[in-house]
Amino acid sequence: MNISEYRGVMVFAEQRRGEIQKVAFELLGAGRGIADTLQEPLIAVLAGTHLTDAQAASLIAHGADRVILVDDPRLGVYMTEPFTKALTAVISAEKPGIVFFGATTIGRDLAPRVSARLKTGLTADCTALAIDDASRNLLMTRPAFGGNIMATIICPEHRPQMSTVRPGVMRRLEADTARTGEISRFACSIAPADVNVEILEEVVQKEEKKNIEDASVLVAGGRGLGNPENFQSLQNLAEMLGGQVAASRAVVDAGWTSQDKQVGQTGKTVRPDLYLACGISGMIQHVAGMEESGFIVAVNKNKDAPIFAYADIGIVTDVNSLLPALQEELSRARSV
Amino acid sequence: MKIIVCIKQVPDTTEVKINPTTGTLIREGVPSIINPDDKSGLEAALVLKEQQGAHVTVLSMGPPQADLALREALAMGADQAILLSDRAFGGADTWATSSTLAAAIRKLEWDLIICGRQAIDGDTAQVGPQIAEHLQVPHVSYVSELQVGEKAIEVKRKFEDGWQRLRVQFPCLITTLKDMNQARYMSMAGIYSAYKQEVKIWGLADIDVDQANIGLKGSPTRVKASYTKGTRSAGKVYEVDPRDGARIIVESLKEKFII
Repeated sequence: MNISEYRGVMVFAEQRRGEIQKVAFELLGAGRGIADTLQEPLIAVLAGTHLTDAQAASLIAHGADRVILVDDPRLGVYMTEPFTKALTAVISAEKPGIVFFGATTIGRDLAPRVSARLKTGLTADCTALAIDDASRNLLMTRPAFGGNIMATIICPEHRPQMSTVRPGVMRRLEADTARTGEISRFACSIAPADVNVEILEEVVQKEEKKNIEDASVLVAGGRGLGNPENFQSLQNLAEMLGGQVAASRAVVDAGWTSQDKQVGQTGKTVRPDLYLACGISGMIQHVAGMEESGFIVAVNKNKDAPIFAYADIGIVTDVNSLLPALQEELSRARSV
Repeated sequence: MKIIVCIKQVPDTTEVKINPTTGTLIREGVPSIINPDDKSGLEAALVLKEQQGAHVTVLSMGPPQADLALREALAMGADQAILLSDRAFGGADTWATSSTLAAAIRKLEWDLIICGRQAIDGDTAQVGPQIAEHLQVPHVSYVSELQVGEKAIEVKRKFEDGWQRLRVQFPCLITTLKDMNQARYMSMAGIYSAYKQEVKIWGLADIDVDQANIGLKGSPTRVKASYTKGTRSAGKVYEVDPRDGARIIVESLKEKFII
């Protein structure tokens, strides 16, 4: 393999029912930095059906230099083989040096299949990406061992260098509608035989509640709140801050809230602007899911709680007494 | 029908602790277990054995001591156990691991392969789909329910925002989620017979595989460095009454333009 033939940073722009997923914009944000370092183009690949130039334009506004649209009726709903075929064909034709996928239930299904077909390396669930100054190889850093260790992986002799990237970790760029880029369409013949699974039923659970990964403010509760009623009281505070309620694993295990609220190694990785940890001790498995937050405030009555080692502001006090006082102070601050 | 269940022996990561002074992992005394997603896959296979007389082979790749995980699988009710163990297989990334497992699977008769979605030590979720690619068969990942027909299976495939019910013809591969079932315990009789049964050990000579596709040499990726996570630098901690605490928080949020 002549690796010098491979140039450019490619991002798989995941869409569901025509809606480009947030992680795609995050990948463009990360990819832009990598592409600039390498002085190579950033290419977004959008596969689906009835794709529009407006969708392509939104990818350009978020950092792409080029957008490749792969439009086929058999790419309407995600299925492994048709998407594998499409992505493999685009990668083989374009020869990018790097390809990023979101580490979603789609990206983590598709990327392994594509990497096996292309005989190249794939690094899962990366949380940091950089270019090695000397070799210009991609440095892919990921947690392992339940978040206890970090490993930096390279793929020195195969191309493209591929990784899935954890949602919520990379920063998306502000949309710049003045940015220009090239939009092209890639013809890929997906045959009936490529549709090797039959979809009998498809259910979209219309979540009224947004995902906690998408919140810019999270008010997170832990076992230190003492009981489910106190946990419920976080909702009001979260609303005042324009955010959502999240939880530690202990609270989810105790049944105070549902698993989709859980932050941490076995839950979700979040990166809000503000993470307010209420009565959370800060076990490493929890911290692994929230330490990249912009600003961390922790309230715990135990001054030795590990969470204080990660907090920008730590308050050692009774959390249940602080919460009503905090709501009053917030109302007062707003009324001034 | 014949089922192959791929299992991995993993350290119980929930038991892994960090030495606070050195910042390194304490691995001593950490028990080894069958990876939880794999164990649920095995349970699903054993249910099919009970209901339809499926023949269940458990397959693992690892060091000789991974024998213990396979004996546990036999004690739970698996019919046959094979351990792929050879120095030549060592140092493999997911590409080379899946290529080795696929080579072993080609030696066997099967309709369905079940892998756990991901292992708790690596969390990659890559080996299952990559085995399927090496074998050129369809796969479905994130399976939380499973029903078997004569020529096909029907599965529930989970997404973050919903699920699909899919039908896939044999031969195929699925990756299972640990919450799909509650894995059984080993029975006393099972434990007894598990130690009378043979765990077949297959080395490089027992499978037909290109050495360029296995082990460290066959791995496109390399670990360049690994380290324990450095802690984020701590900010200010105040021991105050709740009212003052609330004021400090509000002031800091104003400074950061969050409110």
